[in-house]
Amino acid sequence: MFDFKSANERERSRFGLRVWVAGLVVLLAFGLLGWRLWVLQVQQHQGLLQRADSNRTAVVPIPPRRGEILDRNGEVLARNYLSYTLDVVPAQVDSIDKLLADLERVVPLSDRQKRQFERRLRESGSFAPVLLRNDLSDTEAAYFAAQAFRFPGVELKARWVRQYPQGQTAAHVLGYIGRISERDLQDLESSNELGNYRGTDIIGKKGIEKSWEPELHGQTGIESLEVTARGKPVQTLHRIDPTPGHDLVLSLDLRLQRIAEKAFEGQRGALVAIDPNNGEILAFVSQPSFDPNLFVDGIDHESWKQLNESEDKPLITRPVYGTYPIGSTYKPFVALAAMALGKRTPETTIYDPGYYEMGKTRFRNAGSVPYGRVDVHKSLVVSSDTYYYSLAEEITIDALHNYMKPFGFGQKTGIDLVGERSGILPSTDWKKSAFRDPEQQRWYPGETVSVLIGQGYNAFSLMQLAQATAVLANGGTYYRPSLVRAVKPSGSAPEPVGAQVMHTVDLDPNNVAAVRNALVDVTKVGTARRAFASAPYEVAGKTGTIQLFNLKGAKYKRDEVDERLRDHSAFMGYAPAKNPTIALAVLVENAGWGSEVAAPIARKVFDAWLMPETAEVATASASETAQ
Amino acid sequence: MISLFNWLLRVLRAIDWPLLLIVACLSGIGLLVMQSAVGGTDWRFADQSRYFTVALVLMWVIALVPPQWLAKLAPLVYGAGVLLLVAVMFVGDTSKGATRWLDLGFVRLQPSEIMKIALPLLLAWYFQQREGKRNPLDYLIALVLVAVPFVLIVRQPDLGTALLVASAGFFVMYFAGLSFKLLVPVALAAVLGIGLVLTYEDTLCAPQTDWVVLHDYQKGRVCTLLDPTKDPLGKGFHTIQSTIAVGSGGLYGRGYMEGTQAQLDFIPERTTDFIFAVFAEEFGLYGSVALLFLFLLMIVRGLVIAARSETTFCRLAAGSLTLVLFVYVFVNIGMVIGILPVVGVPLPFFSYGGTALLTLAIALGILMSVSAHRSLPSASNARTGLGNP
Repeated sequence: MFDFKSANERERSRFGLRVWVAGLVVLLAFGLLGWRLWVLQVQQHQGLLQRADSNRTAVVPIPPRRGEILDRNGEVLARNYLSYTLDVVPAQVDSIDKLLADLERVVPLSDRQKRQFERRLRESGSFAPVLLRNDLSDTEAAYFAAQAFRFPGVELKARWVRQYPQGQTAAHVLGYIGRISERDLQDLESSNELGNYRGTDIIGKKGIEKSWEPELHGQTGIESLEVTARGKPVQTLHRIDPTPGHDLVLSLDLRLQRIAEKAFEGQRGALVAIDPNNGEILAFVSQPSFDPNLFVDGIDHESWKQLNESEDKPLITRPVYGTYPIGSTYKPFVALAAMALGKRTPETTIYDPGYYEMGKTRFRNAGSVPYGRVDVHKSLVVSSDTYYYSLAEEITIDALHNYMKPFGFGQKTGIDLVGERSGILPSTDWKKSAFRDPEQQRWYPGETVSVLIGQGYNAFSLMQLAQATAVLANGGTYYRPSLVRAVKPSGSAPEPVGAQVMHTVDLDPNNVAAVRNALVDVTKVGTARRAFASAPYEVAGKTGTIQLFNLKGAKYKRDEVDERLRDHSAFMGYAPAKNPTIALAVLVENAGWGSEVAAPIARKVFDAWLMPETAEVATASASETAQ
Repeated sequence: MISLFNWLLRVLRAIDWPLLLIVACLSGIGLLVMQSAVGGTDWRFADQSRYFTVALVLMWVIALVPPQWLAKLAPLVYGAGVLLLVAVMFVGDTSKGATRWLDLGFVRLQPSEIMKIALPLLLAWYFQQREGKRNPLDYLIALVLVAVPFVLIVRQPDLGTALLVASAGFFVMYFAGLSFKLLVPVALAAVLGIGLVLTYEDTLCAPQTDWVVLHDYQKGRVCTLLDPTKDPLGKGFHTIQSTIAVGSGGLYGRGYMEGTQAQLDFIPERTTDFIFAVFAEEFGLYGSVALLFLFLLMIVRGLVIAARSETTFCRLAAGSLTLVLFVYVFVNIGMVIGILPVVGVPLPFFSYGGTALLTLAIALGILMSVSAHRSLPSASNARTGLGNP
């Protein structure tokens, strides 16, 4: 009994020690847990709390509505309409196949749409919505909305889609929008604008849509949602509404634009009409044109091929990208140069036998017509080449270059369009940089001869000619040309952009008067008299016929020359001759005499601008397009 | 009348009131957290409430059984358990690649669960039989008795449960007097080993390294613990999300039913193995430490019961079962807060599931039985009632 007891006692005391040790280990282990809890809940609390918050909040960008583009009278050139789309959030769908089969009974889905959807599905993560169908009709949208409860994970969304209601009219001014490309992304990133484009998949690609992109786009809004682990939204935590883009009021007059485009009658060419008193562009024609609506949802392959490979190059913006020798429309400015450089006075006369000889080379008037004694006035009215050839040995090419530069020839005008080309205003420096061969780098006097009549190396855009015409019309002020007249933030009054004087050109009033008077007579008794016969207003202008084909003295016969090598027909002018309100330059490619094609187009534009009530053609065509 | 009164007295005296108080607190908190974890749908809450009722009754019933009976039953239960484990090998139900269940028609049984109780009882019984004539050979025999169910359970495969069963056996050997001369070097080696694993984590977790004894998914769990960020949406997701939940709770917690990680489904397995994350997120450090303190009280109470009991069987059974409870709590919380690998160990009183609750109830019932019957053998020991040293 005692033995048992003492054995038990020993056992008990040994067990007691074991219990104490076990208790100590337990305490240590709990201490470890407590320490870890302290680390997580006190030390790392802030960071982990943030992670919990970023877990549960999904920030959804709300893209802004893009600004509209209106003409100066408020006619809509670019707008947005709501289109319904169906998006699928894969994480919230159990079986995509079953979903599509069920959904098809509610909303029609083509095989192509399903294939595209499956492709997009593979490319995207499972929490982001994937586009299934767009452009649902109102009926389809309503039908789906009524059944939406059956389709968790399918979202009916309304999205703004760009539309150009005027179709091909003024397409080159407006440009178009398109999907944001890799390059656009890089540009956005470097301008720190990437955040503002979250949720937006389109961006201006050409024209006003591109150059005024920052104003048009607006400010993206944000909605932060509380979501479950499967991405299902539970509630809205916070919302900042998007700010719609600014509307743009163009200086363009849609009615005038339509009349001008129509006047081209399907021929290729460019026209720019400017208000010479402020630089506002009234009409901006590039023919042929294209329909910018094709680009809105991504242009299809066929249409792109057709536009891009057409010989007529409908996609280039001719008034700023196309550069041409401008022929005799250059003469008024050369005349000013000759007088300003002291080589001629308004009264100086030159004998014109129908040609000019330099060394052994004979430079002929068009048609070799002899005009006899010619002064500045007559030289412009009859368009004598010899009068201008004769300056070749008195004016250096560099002096001419320096005189012409302030008129904007060979210089970018700074218009609010991208892709403007500067062209070529020839000089000895230019020639040195343009050619590699030392022989070619030299300037030959013979080259000055053709430059003086607007041929040769001259290559100006119609925009530049229109600007120079405006400078002549307003007496020497060079305005920055602008297409946008006012910017209208959503819900407030339009803010005028305002005229911007770039510089002034120093002109002698006597010389200017001599040229202007001659230009008025051009339209009365000169080369453009037929086009402006019985105009109730006075026009000052000059025709031009640009030779593309060196006839080497042979007689030019229009029908025998390949169409692409026929002469360009050009006209520059302004009206009314006193206090002009419109200055324009027009060039029709391969159309022949300036007086026969370009001048009549100018007449129609002047008529429409100066006598809007009688231009019934305009209203007729306007209602046609509206339909 | 008097016999009924006596019977009632016996029934009430079978309860260890301090332990019951702690258990009641934990059960209440457990149900509260379950309510939050299931969110809007409450069928699991109702289920769990029913299990609790059944578990409470079971605990009480077991508390009434004298420990001697338990000792006599132990070899039988152990033998039956081993047979069932063998049966599982041949006719068990398989799910998720593991064969753990035995379908008896009326109930789906998990024999490995039985072993968690049966093995410590058997070893306690064995060491009591060898009272006074123990030699080192006994520990070897004990080791074999541990190894048989361990190997059977590992083969299911269910390493987590096997380790828990083995640890229960080990605790009995420890309390029976396994030499510290053996224990201390092994413990040191273990600490050193873990240190080495942590240091050479990268090489060990390289995909081409084959761990020979462990399955790939087990290797994955250990490697995930070492660096959960390597696989944030796969293996590491559980640990990352649960530590975020615990950490975002801060000092005071985000409030009952207010934890975003819990309520928005970010905590995986939030009603079962990871329910502590729900608690810690919503009740913060103060709540967590209070809960740890309650568990600590429970374990201390268990150890006190063990220390006060008279027979070897009672001491060893109570001590080892208490430590098994501790292992549950430690391993579960340790895994939730990212200091232990993700193994399927439930948190007592909290995790959803009937089987685990019943096992828990049996363990607590045995503790109470030991506590209630300690005065009986002491009568022959000429000791006076309650005044134990």
